[in-house]
Amino acid sequence: MIKVTALVLPVTTVVLAIIGIWYLFAFSLNSQWAEDQAARAGVELTATELWAATMSQDRPRLATPHQVAAELWDTTINKKVTSKRSLIFHGWVTLSATLLGFVIGTMLGILLAIGIVHNRAMNLSVMPWAIASQAIPILALAPMIIVVLHSVGLSGLLPKACISAYLSFFPVVVGMVSGFRSPNQMSLDLLDTYAASRPQIFWKLRLPASMPYLFTSLKVGAAASLVGAIVGELPTGAVAGLGARLLVGSYYGQTIQIWSALFAAAALAALLVGLIGLAQKVTLRQMGMAR
Amino acid sequence: MSEHAISAVDLGLEFPTRDGKIEALQQINLEVESGEFIALIGPSGCGKTTFLRIVAALEKPTSGVIRVNGLSPEEARKARSYGYVFQAAGLYPWRSIAANVRLPLEVMGFDRRERDDRVRHALDLVGLSGFEKQFPWQLSGGMQQRASIARALCFDADILLMDEPFGALDEIVRDHLNEQLLALWQKTGKTVGFVTHSIPEAVYLASRIVVMSPRPGRITAVIENDLPTERPLEIRDSSEFIAIAQKVRHALRAGGDAHD
Amino acid sequence: MPAPSVIIGAFAGNGAMLWGDLVQTFFKGALSGYVIGCSAGILTAILIHRSLFLRRGLLPVGNFLAALPIVGTAPIFVMWFGFGWQSKAAVVIAMVYFPMLINMVEGLSSSDAMQRDLMKTYAASYWQTMFKLTLPAAMPFAFNGLKICTTLSLIGAIVAEFFGSPTLGIGFRISTEVGRLALDVVWAEIIVAAVTGTVFYGLVAASERGVTFWHPSIRGRSAS
Repeated sequence: MIKVTALVLPVTTVVLAIIGIWYLFAFSLNSQWAEDQAARAGVELTATELWAATMSQDRPRLATPHQVAAELWDTTINKKVTSKRSLIFHGWVTLSATLLGFVIGTMLGILLAIGIVHNRAMNLSVMPWAIASQAIPILALAPMIIVVLHSVGLSGLLPKACISAYLSFFPVVVGMVSGFRSPNQMSLDLLDTYAASRPQIFWKLRLPASMPYLFTSLKVGAAASLVGAIVGELPTGAVAGLGARLLVGSYYGQTIQIWSALFAAAALAALLVGLIGLAQKVTLRQMGMAR
Repeated sequence: MSEHAISAVDLGLEFPTRDGKIEALQQINLEVESGEFIALIGPSGCGKTTFLRIVAALEKPTSGVIRVNGLSPEEARKARSYGYVFQAAGLYPWRSIAANVRLPLEVMGFDRRERDDRVRHALDLVGLSGFEKQFPWQLSGGMQQRASIARALCFDADILLMDEPFGALDEIVRDHLNEQLLALWQKTGKTVGFVTHSIPEAVYLASRIVVMSPRPGRITAVIENDLPTERPLEIRDSSEFIAIAQKVRHALRAGGDAHD
Repeated sequence: MPAPSVIIGAFAGNGAMLWGDLVQTFFKGALSGYVIGCSAGILTAILIHRSLFLRRGLLPVGNFLAALPIVGTAPIFVMWFGFGWQSKAAVVIAMVYFPMLINMVEGLSSSDAMQRDLMKTYAASYWQTMFKLTLPAAMPFAFNGLKICTTLSLIGAIVAEFFGSPTLGIGFRISTEVGRLALDVVWAEIIVAAVTGTVFYGLVAASERGVTFWHPSIRGRSAS
């Protein structure tokens, strides 16, 4: 394991390089429009003027980092949380669907994994279906699910959460099956010599042994949940949520709004994965499994 | 000085740790004639593997001079002067046995016809003819280790460096491989550096036994082995054999403190 | 939910349309993006492998970016590259690049120290070690990435069509036919997508078995 301090410089460098490349792209993508404007107005732009013009357009082809930062600041700090224009409001709409779906998906995943590990029939029957279910590009079903659930009177949080749950249960099943099966034969034999019951083996050996796997799959599942919630918001008429912001932004060519919604989504993902990472650290350290 | 296969003068290696410097090797002086079979023996931490790795230019000494065939280890490596056998066979699982033995030949740019001849010859030497097309994981541990010896032999380096090559094998397989290795050495006349922690193995194989001890890693004794070159396995029951083994054991005990 | 017979009817009646949608979404959008994005990820990983500094810097950033909802960039790419398949391919490239990159970076560092020492004792050059050791050892990880990316590529291509497309494509068809409540066609499209996704995944998994036949996970499965 490398020390965190050894990572600071490389990571900072890479992030700065990405921001730099972003600015260069913004310049080259936005300069055409700026030059056209200048030509229409009959003025010649100097290099610095052109640069300035590419950095401050209302509807740039590529929004610059500082424009996105300003928009983020404006829509989070300067707006009331209840306002329709507040990104925190939209973020919460998405986050609540994500969390609900994530919790449902995780529970389902763990229960299925327990069944698969303990029951031969389930092992043979459930696993292939779980794998097949993921070969389907489920997001293609998203509009279907939303519309069908809407027609039976369900709307709002739950349909989105269903899509999130569908996307997040799979990594949990796969991870937890490996986790529950991770104790080696010797450890299992040891408990057998004590004539331990299956629940005892589960609580004393399989469950603790599966903890590292649990957190890894939770991270993947949380990221998948978020994607599910965002895509689930696309066909609902774009009322609220980060997905709705994306769609509205693309309708009206509001690139800055799209980018800030993307960054809000990134922040949510970081938040979720970060919290799970924290829980992982604390739990594994308490269990003496920290690496 | 170039007639020595390996010569070390005042060789030392130390590295810093949180609790201060550790001297992995201190004041190592050793000259190995071409064609000798040298066994390096000692408890863990005595630096025997480290010494072998320095000879192979896998580790850099912090003081002293080491020459391999009159060259620096780095130059000797570039001149492909030695074959190295590790503790584990370390065969590439995606290559068949023949392809594993062929690996160094590919790296070193031998032409195709010669490669095939050499692979066949090397596999023959270690008694693995007929297993060319098998994959490593289909073979027993002993056979894998034999393949890795063939891999070290096939490009005909004049020095063979072996780092506890049979340490992970059971005693029956080990006896068998020791016998084969001895025959191989007599047939090829290569210089062998052999790290082990088994006294019988060292006495059975080596023409000279270098006894090392830890903290700091150093040479405490060099014992000539005057057993005849022809050594059937039963020689290990002879009084001459037992006498040399006793000498080695005494040297080990004198050098190492009781806490090992 | 329409009866199976109705869905079969939808297949029979719309064969040409379904094929056209499949070509547009899968072969033009998803597959080209998959090939470009995965190759780019693999090549980047190989190029930065030599620099420990870049590896250390890119791995956490790549891990973070791979966890992001990259599908969200779809509206941007549609804006840049138009409604055609190019914008879909671009979304797919963006989606598969980072998962592929991080899997490959990890794979390239998966050869063990002893195997690297062995190449050293042969005085092998950097690229000899790369081709004889590092790349073969990375294959299980590479295929892990390639398999994850099959699903991602289809998702990317379909979702990107929700943000604008010419009047064909699986995503376009699903969203318009749902609006017209022609659920038989919708289900036909979903089945096409599911079968395509499964076959695509299956092909990659089959080539994985061929290439990494030596890996314990594959060995174990074929033995039992």
